[in-house]
This record gives sequence, structure tokens and C-alpha cells, in this order.
Amino acid sequence: MSFLELKDLQVHFPTDDGLVKSVDGLSFALERGKTLGIVGESGSGKSVTSLGILGLHKGGRAKLGGEIWLDGEELVGASAEHVRTLRGKKMAMIFQDPLSAMHPFYTVGSQIIEAYRIHNDVSKKVARKHAIDMLGRVGIPQPDRRVDSYPHEFSGGMRQRAMIAMALSCDPELLIADEPTTALDVTVQAQILDLMRDLQRDFNAALIIITHDLGVVAELADDILVMYGGKCIEYGTAEDIFERPEHPYTWGLLGSMPRLDRDRTERLLPIKGSPPSLINVPAGCAFHPRCTFEDRTGGKASTEVPQLVETEGGHLVRCHLPRDTRRSIWETEIKPSLEAS
Amino acid sequence: MVTYIIRRLIWSVVMLSIVSIITFAIFFLVPRLAGATSEDMAARYVGRTASAEQVKVAAEKLGFNDPLIVQYGRFAKGIVAGADYDYGPGVERCPAPCFGYSFLTRLPVWPDLLDRLPVTISLALGAAVIWVIAGVATGVLSALKRGSFFDRAAMSIALAGVSMPIFFTGMVSLVLFSYGLKITVAGGTYTPFLTNPATWAYDLLLPWITLAFLYAAGYARLTRAGMLETMNEDYIRTARAKGLRERTVVVKHGLRGALTPILTIFGLDLGLLLGGAVLTESTYSLPGIGKYAIDAIGRQDLPQVMGVTLVAAFFVVVANLVVDLLYAVVDPRVRLV
Amino acid sequence: MQKTTRLGAAALSAVLALGLAACGGGSTTTPTSSGAPAAGGATGEFNGALTAVVNPSDKKGGILKLANAGDWDSLDPGDTYYGYSWNFIRLYGRSLVMFKSAPGKTGNELTPDLAEGLGTPSDDAKTWTYKLKAGVKFEDGTPVTSKDVKYGVERSFDKEVFPDGYTYFNDFLNWPKDYKGAYKSPDANTDSAIETPDDQTIVFHLKQPLSNFDYFAQLPATIPVPKAKDTGAKYKEHVIATGPYKFDKNEIGKGFTLVRNDQWDPATDPNRKALPDGYDVATNVNADDIDNRVLAGDLDVDVTGTGVQPAALGRILPDPAVKAGTDNPTGTRLWYTSINGNVPPLDNLECRKAVEYAADKTALQTAWGGEFAGGQIATSLLPPSIPGHEDFNTWVPGADNKGDVTKAKEALTACGQPNGFETNISYRAERPKEKAAAEALQQSLGRVGIKLTLKPFPQTDYFALYAGKPGYAKDNKLGLAMNGWQSDWPDGFGFLQQIVDSRVIRETGGSSNVSVRDPEVDKLIDQAMEQTDPNSRNGIWTQIDKKVMDDAYILPNVWAKALLVRSKNATNVFVNDAYGMYDYLGMGVK
Ligand SMILES: Nc1ncnc2c1ncn2[C@@H]1O[C@H](COP(=O)(O)OP(=O)(O)OP(=O)(O)O)[C@@H](O)[C@H]1O
Ligand code: SF4
Ligand SMILES: [Mg+2]
Repeated sequence: MSFLELKDLQVHFPTDDGLVKSVDGLSFALERGKTLGIVGESGSGKSVTSLGILGLHKGGRAKLGGEIWLDGEELVGASAEHVRTLRGKKMAMIFQDPLSAMHPFYTVGSQIIEAYRIHNDVSKKVARKHAIDMLGRVGIPQPDRRVDSYPHEFSGGMRQRAMIAMALSCDPELLIADEPTTALDVTVQAQILDLMRDLQRDFNAALIIITHDLGVVAELADDILVMYGGKCIEYGTAEDIFERPEHPYTWGLLGSMPRLDRDRTERLLPIKGSPPSLINVPAGCAFHPRCTFEDRTGGKASTEVPQLVETEGGHLVRCHLPRDTRRSIWETEIKPSLEAS
Repeated sequence: MVTYIIRRLIWSVVMLSIVSIITFAIFFLVPRLAGATSEDMAARYVGRTASAEQVKVAAEKLGFNDPLIVQYGRFAKGIVAGADYDYGPGVERCPAPCFGYSFLTRLPVWPDLLDRLPVTISLALGAAVIWVIAGVATGVLSALKRGSFFDRAAMSIALAGVSMPIFFTGMVSLVLFSYGLKITVAGGTYTPFLTNPATWAYDLLLPWITLAFLYAAGYARLTRAGMLETMNEDYIRTARAKGLRERTVVVKHGLRGALTPILTIFGLDLGLLLGGAVLTESTYSLPGIGKYAIDAIGRQDLPQVMGVTLVAAFFVVVANLVVDLLYAVVDPRVRLV
Repeated sequence: MQKTTRLGAAALSAVLALGLAACGGGSTTTPTSSGAPAAGGATGEFNGALTAVVNPSDKKGGILKLANAGDWDSLDPGDTYYGYSWNFIRLYGRSLVMFKSAPGKTGNELTPDLAEGLGTPSDDAKTWTYKLKAGVKFEDGTPVTSKDVKYGVERSFDKEVFPDGYTYFNDFLNWPKDYKGAYKSPDANTDSAIETPDDQTIVFHLKQPLSNFDYFAQLPATIPVPKAKDTGAKYKEHVIATGPYKFDKNEIGKGFTLVRNDQWDPATDPNRKALPDGYDVATNVNADDIDNRVLAGDLDVDVTGTGVQPAALGRILPDPAVKAGTDNPTGTRLWYTSINGNVPPLDNLECRKAVEYAADKTALQTAWGGEFAGGQIATSLLPPSIPGHEDFNTWVPGADNKGDVTKAKEALTACGQPNGFETNISYRAERPKEKAAAEALQQSLGRVGIKLTLKPFPQTDYFALYAGKPGYAKDNKLGLAMNGWQSDWPDGFGFLQQIVDSRVIRETGGSSNVSVRDPEVDKLIDQAMEQTDPNSRNGIWTQIDKKVMDDAYILPNVWAKALLVRSKNATNVFVNDAYGMYDYLGMGVK
């Protein structure tokens, strides 16, 4: 069994409007030292998944189903208190917007110290030294001084470094980074990604990077999972996804991938339409209302839910199009247009 | 920081001067504009059927014949430099700050105010402790158990608490506990803390609870709203992700985040209350600043009114200053400039 | 705003009624543990304390608890001008003479206090001599001399220091020219006004004959003040006692306590029983709260004696058991309507008669607050408690007091105004009851065609500039004016002189007499002032009362009444007619 394994994970929220199926049958596995990229549009369930792994839905309104295995332990059925003791220690998380994710009223240092002292019975002084060390390691200059600064006194990049320092303070074996660079500008993005890569190597942790930007995971991820409407629609190695993507949605993502040589906001092939409702999920293939190739499935797309099937060596795809059709579309229609640009 | 405080203090003095001028104008200038002569004004401060001569003498004695600016100047000078008062057989020195002599009792106002201050402070602080603890705790629980029976019940009571006037709750509590069950001293009374701390607390219990009820209700609502907001903040998720115990998350991160508006309101509430819990003090016959104010206004005893207004304004101004300073303590993002 | 206030008040009284039901039930059905066996009966019946002593007892000890909704005007004998204060001051101060501490009319009688006897007048009633008792001492043991009495009167002259007090002595004694009182004219020779030939004798010299000077001699200003201990405006903080009690703690604005004065010698004082060991007085207490506490037995006396608040009234009257513990004395205040003979057609007696006949007195009574809190329907000027009062009704407004329309119309015809006439009625804008009374008159006089227009004026200038200024009243046709008067003591002079003597009317305004101009009345007043025999004098006051009513210059409305609650814990409870409230000198503690 892998270090982390999700089996048919379901996170459903009962609301006044109906049941929100934010994550609906998600499975994947991840080993120590490996990096998984989870990619998807806003609302596809990425964050809900990561919070689910951390057990942060426990005690809330969410209905959880399936299994989460971490280092041989099942977490969905485990007690909230037990999962809490794992949080921050065995698994840690880095959030998207470091400004709002850090408490504005406490110094950066004290927030790291707090995180460290929950799981380590040490004096404040020791913890403080540790916090300074960590800040140094994530590349904050003069960490012994900046340890007493407040989050708002940091720049965006420094704040994200501090967040990383906080997450890594207890040496976690699983690190989930939920859009760690979205709020940062491009150059800082690259620095943070470099930093994460280095740290992952040092700590030998399993890393999940969540993003809606394929570019972020292009260099970092070993495997990539593409999510749509709470479900996995394509899974494979980074090479699979970038070189041989087979799902129309993934093609869309690739098309809308910003390039360093382009204006960030300019999109080549924007995906038309908007993400699906999670309450009234479109019948059949959830993507079909937006899919350019829906007509090539012979009407199945709007009636029958496609299954996630292996196309080749661990590469999974959820689409009614026959495998050859997908490949030929990629080779003849999509890839050339991407390269042309 | 120091310059900030100095500037604020100077500003406070300006504010207090403005308040004193406005108060003075309301009681001295407005009647004049309405056509009252100095005798008309003096007529209030003589016996119940005074002769015209008597009124004339009083007008002269009270200085009503001087130009208004001279009258105000005399008042202001008394505060800064003290004043002399002719009490008949001799002249008495009223040291600064001299808020003048009551037109009616002809006793200096300042000692009266000092004398009444402990009552109001006892009442306000005691009630504040109760309402902050009760209100905030209720608000936090309500927010955490949002939609539950507890939440609904607490918020209904809070709504009632906010909307019920103190003279009503006060009278009801007196009828029930004081006259009815005879648990507390009939009608309310005050024992100085130093005389007997136990009796002090016992005597103030009913006023404390009544007053605290009114405020606790508001604080519960405020806290609940604030908590609902902060508990949805990203930093709460971060705190949980660290593996903090839920109680720590709620108190150290959630409540701390919701504290700023509560603190602001608390500072102002307390400042206003220290300037006199008028209704509570009159309902329970507590000889505090508020009772003094209402009595003074009822009798139109101007020096008393001026004195009590200034003391009340002083507390409000100081409360504002303290709140602003505390702001910076509570929220490090706030810069005092 | 108005609505919420009323709603609040209604809710409040509902709650209070509830509370009372709870308390009242307990105290009436089961004898309370504290009460003596006679408690139920001894509480007496409604108005039981008007003419008799309720709970008579000679038991000494206990503390009597009193409360005042406002502040004392002053505790200084030279600076106090409220009946309740004069009633109460007898506990710590002894004036030359005093009102007897007894129920009913006996309370109106003067009896010597510091003096050995009532004053001895000269033949012209311009000089009055009093001999002081021997053995009277101040609380510090110093003997009281006539010089201390003289000093007390002299210091009270200074209205700059003592603005609350009355000016009887200032006005009537023969002071040297430019005299300014004990503080500002310390070296003046005042023998022309007051002589003290020896330590036990004091002689007052008046500017004019004053047959009733003994009433002056009961004024608190004759309470001796030791010059050495006088602190002027601050003396009220510690008045040096001559009575059976002295000040212990005194916090102006909050309250004070009296304790026994060991220098008081009962042998010199047949008037005071001095039963309680002390008095505990709170000032500035919420008025409704006072009522609640007195009703609950936690407090003994609402010291101002002006009656309960409307909230308590609503609880007392419907419950016979509670009502039995109250008294409803008629005071020395008359609410009336002046009928101004200067304003035509009211210069014609027949037209004034029409007003007297047409007025619905029951409606007026209601306007003033009803039978218990408003007053008793008045048929003449002098209130029943003042010597000289006689029951007569010159212009009977119908058998049911609702006005005699027929007689009024006859009078109008005789006046030459058969269809009525138009005039104005003034009242003090700040006084809702005066307004209600004016409206009641508007209503009832309207029945015979007398059309009244309401004219409110500010009360501070009511007499100085409007109703009391003859020129203004005439020019603005203020034919009727709402008015009220209370005497400082129960005596025809004190009650009538200021409101019926035409010589007090000044063109510049300010007089309370706005309508009575009858030279015969003036003449009668002079006679009374010279008549030193009280009985003959009182006869003259009766005559004056009748004459003014014959002239129809005044339409009496009501003699004010107040509903007083008898203490559950007090003994010797009775109403003293001189003050129209419970006698504070007699009361003891169970
Ligand atoms: N507590 C909740 N109650 C109801 N619905 C929820 C809750 N939390 C999340 N959702 C819904 O679940 C869906 C997935 O949300 P999630 O935050 O996982 O999206 P995401 O993929 O992280 O998007 P983004 O890129 O915007 O962060 C959204 O439609 C969201 O509205
Ligand atoms: S199943 Fe049809 S609609 Fe869905 S992605 Fe494939 S082609 Fe598009
Ligand atoms: Mg997200």
C-alpha cells in the first residue's frame, strides 16, 4: 500500500439548495518523495479534497465517504481528535493566500512557534530558535529579526515563505500546497516553486500541489490528476498529461495555460462556458455542455456517465470518445494548434 | 506614539472645552436668546415664592448680570485656577479644578462629583465584568452552535434584553427581588467598598445584573456576528491545519479576531457609563454621577450640570483615546499617526 | 415618543400592580410576624389619622426612615421655605413658638416653645415681646440666649446667602435704613427691629401693626443660631441643634441622619415626645420607589407629604385593605380661577355670577386630579383647615355641582348678554392640570354661550408679564385666569392677604391677586391686622371670604388634597392641620 491512498473519496455538503457533491468518488495514491499535482478549474473540488485529507471536514456539515489511508492508517473513520494530532505533524498544508491565511494579530514567529509547540513539548525559547531556523531555511533574510514581524509587514513572497516554514516546522511527511503561488507575481512564483522543490527533496515528503494552472505543476509534479466537477477525469504521469493528454477538458487546460513568453491573461483556447453545478450535475458526461467533441460520441455524452478507464500504463481517462479518436484529435487538431502559437 | 498621545491629549482638551462651551450655551445663551432676563434666570434659584428684590439679589450674586463671556470666563478660570466663594461670614477658597458652586445647594460641585464617582465606577465596572463575560460567552456559544436551540433561545433573550428599557427591567427586578422576595435591600442602596466589600457587592448585585443584562444582550449579538465572520476566515482554517485544539482555535484565533469591534464598543460603553448610568442609578437610587446629573438637570442647577457634563465628556474622551490606543495593541496593523 | 412613553408607563404600572397584588395579599390575609396583635386594626381606617392618633404609643427607640424625592431646599433654619421642612425642623430646632403636635385642628394652635408664653403685643400690635425659657441649651451645652435668636433672624435677612427663605422679617421689622443682614452689616445697631434687653427677653419692633405676629414667631428663622458656630451658606451642613435631635451624618444631596441630642432637656419642652432614637433621611430618591417602599413597609415616610404618585394611586384606591392604611387630608392650597373685573363684560357682577353658576365643579375636580389626588370641591376661599373657614356656598352651581345653567342664563340676561359673550382664559403652559381645568371651564361655560379662548403663558412670567400685569390682562382680554395659592401657615392673613388685598396689585405686574379689587375688603384686612384677639380676627377673615365671594371675583375650584400612606412601622401617626401632612414630631417606631 502506498504512503497515501484515497479510495472512492466522497465529500458531500447538504445545503438548503440540495446536496453539493464537491468530491464524488476520488481515488489516487502517492508515495513519499513523490509529487502529485491536482489541477482543475475553480470549484472542481480541489480544496475540499485536501481539507478532507487533513480531516478538517470532521465535525462540520460535510458527509464523508470512501477511505483515506495515510501510512497504513485509515482517516475517514478515525476519531477527530486522533486526526487532529496528525495534523500539522504528519501532514501539513500551505494555503493559497498567505495574507488571509495567517492571523493578522499575531507575529509570524509566534504563529510558527505555536505550530511547533503543539506537537513538540519544548520551551518557548527553543521553539523560537526553531522558528528562526525555519524562517532562515525558507530564505527569509535576517530571520532573527523578522521572526517578530507581523504578517502584514511581510511582502507576499515572504509571507508564503513564512507559511511554508510554518507548515514544515514539524517535519511533516505529507505536505499539501493549495495553490501556493496563485496570489504571487510570476517571478516570485518561480522562486517559491523552486523552494518547494528543494524542501521536498530535503524533507523527503509526499507533496500534493493543487492548482488550476498546469504550468505550475509542469516541472514539479511526478503525477498529475485533472479534476472536473468533483471527479477525476484524467490521471497520469506528468509526461502522460503534457505529451499525450486524452481528455478534451485537459486539452482545454493546456490551451489556456499561460506561457512565460505571453501575456498572462491571454488565453489561447479558453474553455467556453462555466464550471458545472455540483448539485444538478449535467447528465451523462459532466463536461458535455462545454465539450467541443461532444457530438462525436453519438449522443452518449449527455445520457451516460463515462467511466474512468485506463488507456495505457496507469494513464486514466474519463471520456466516451474511443481511444483512437482521442489520440487522433490530440495529434491532428490540438497539438498542432498549441505548437503554432 | 508619544507625539500621537500628546496630540490626542491636546485634542481632548479642545473637545472638553467645546463641550463646556456648548453646555454653557444651552443653559445660558439659549434662554437669553429666548428673551429671558437675568432675573428670570435667577428666579429658579431662589425660594418658592421669592420677592422681586430677592430675585434681583440672587441674579447679582450668581453673576447673571455680567456679559456671557465674562460668566463663561469665570467658570473656565475656576477650573484652571480655582475660585473664591463668599459664603456669608467669610470667603472660601475653592481650589482648582473648581467647577463652581451649586446655584441651589451653594456647595462646591467638585467634591460632590468626587464623592459620587466611586458609586458610578463600582456600578459600571462591576456590570461590565458581568456583561462582558456573559455576553461574549453567550455570543461565542451561539456562533459555534449556530441554528441550535441554544442559539435561538439566547438570541431571542438578547433581542428582548436590547430592546427593554432599564427602568422597566429595573422596576421589575425591584418588584420581584427587592419588595417581593426581599432578597436585596428595598429600593436599592449603596455601601462603599471600603466600608464593607461584601455589602458593597450585595447592594450592587441587582443593579449590576440589570445593567449587565442590557449590555450583555448587545455584546452577545455583536460577538455572535463577529465570531460567525471570523470563524470563516482563512486563518481559522490555518489554525486548525496546525492541529490546534478546537477550544484554542475558537478562543485564541477566532475570538481574538472578533475582539476589535467588541473592544471598541466596550470602551465607548464604559466611557459613557462612567459618565453616569443615569437610568440605573435613578431606578436603584444609587448616588452616582448619573443620578447627580439627572437631579442637576431637573433642578437646572447649572454649575452641577456643567460639572457633570464635563466629567461625563471627560470619560468619553478618555475612553475614545484608550480605545484608539488599545486598537493598536489589539490590531498590530493599526498605526498611530 | 409620546406613545412609547405612555406604553412604557402602562406596562410599568401593570407590573407594579402585579407586584402589589403579591405583597398586598400577603400583608392583609396573614398577620405579619413583625406586627403586634393589634396590627390589623391599628393600621386604622381610611382617613383615620386626620382627626385621631393611629397606633398611639409611648414606646421609645427605633429609627424612623424617611425619604425625599428631591433635595431639601435647605436644612438651615434661616433658609428653608417648605412646609414639610418646617414640620421636620422641629426635631432639631426650637423656635420661639410652634404648632402643637396634635391631630386635626389642634395642630393649628400655636404653643410656646423656646418662649415661656405666646407673644405679648403692645396696644398697637407693633411691638411683640417674648420671654425665653431658662435651661435651653445648644447641642454643645451652651445656654441659648435671646441674642442667639436675634442673630438667627438677622442672618436670615441676607437673601444673597439665603435665597431660599421667606422675607417676612425683612419686610415687617423696623430695620435701620440700608441694613443688609448680619454678614454685610455686622456693626449695625438693629435695636430698632429687635431688642434683647437681657438674655431671656427678645422684643420685636414692627413697621405696621401685626396682630398675628405669633405666626412669625413660629417661623424657623427664630430658631437660635450661635454666632460663633455660624458658617453662613455652609451652616446647613451642620445646624447646631436645640431640639431633641442633632445631626450625625449629613451629605447634602444624598441624605442625613439625626441622633439624640443629650443636651436637650425634656423639662423645658412639653411639646416633644422624642420617641425614636434617630432619623434616617434619604434625599433624591426615585418618587415611585418611595411609594413602593412605604407601601411595602421598608420606608416610613415620604417626607414631602405631597401625596403618592399616580402609579401608586392606581394601586391604592381599588384595594380597600391598602386604602385603609392611607389618609387624604385637605391642605391649605386653593386652586381657583380669577375673574377679572377689569375686562368687560366681567366688570358687571351679573356676568361674573354667570361664570360662577355655569362652572361644572365636578369637571374641574376631575381636571385637578380627582377626589383624592386633586382636591375637594371648593365653595369659598379659606380651606377647611384654616381658622376662619366657614361652610358656605354663595353661588350654588346646581345640586350636583355640575353647574346651574338656568341661573347662569338669568344672570347673563341681567348682565345684558343673554346670548353669552367671548373672553379669554389664561393658564400656565407648563401645568397640564391648569390646562385641563381651563378646558373644563371652556366646556361648561360654553353651555350658556360664554366662549372661552385658551391662552397659555410661561409660568416664570405668568404673573410678572401676563395674567398678573393689569395692563396686559386688560388689553388682551384675559377675563379669566387659572390661579392657585397656598398659605405659609394656617391663618387668614397668610392665606388671604396676598390674593384679595387690592393694594398688592402693581401696575408693573407680579402680584398673585389678579382680580379682587374691593376697598371694603382692604378695609377689613386692616382691621384684622390690628385685631389681636384670635377669635374676633378669624371672624373678620370669614367676613372677607364672604365678601370676595359676593363680589364673584374668584371662582374657587378645589382645595387640594394629597393621598398619604401611613407607615406600617410607625406609632402615633396623625395628620397635623398646620402642615396638611403627618406630624413628624409625634411619630414613633413600633
Ligand atoms: N462547506 C461547504 N458547504 C457547501 N459547499 C461547499 C463547502 N465547501 C466547498 N463547497 C463547494 O464545493 C465546491 C468545491 O470547492 P473547492 O473549494 O474544493 O473548489 P476548488 O477546486 O478549491 O476551487 P478554487 O480553485 O476556487 O479554490 C465548490 O462549488 C464549493 O462551493
Ligand atoms: S465524454 Fe464526450 S463530452 Fe465528455 S469529455 Fe468526452 S467527448 Fe467531451
Ligand atoms: Mg481551492
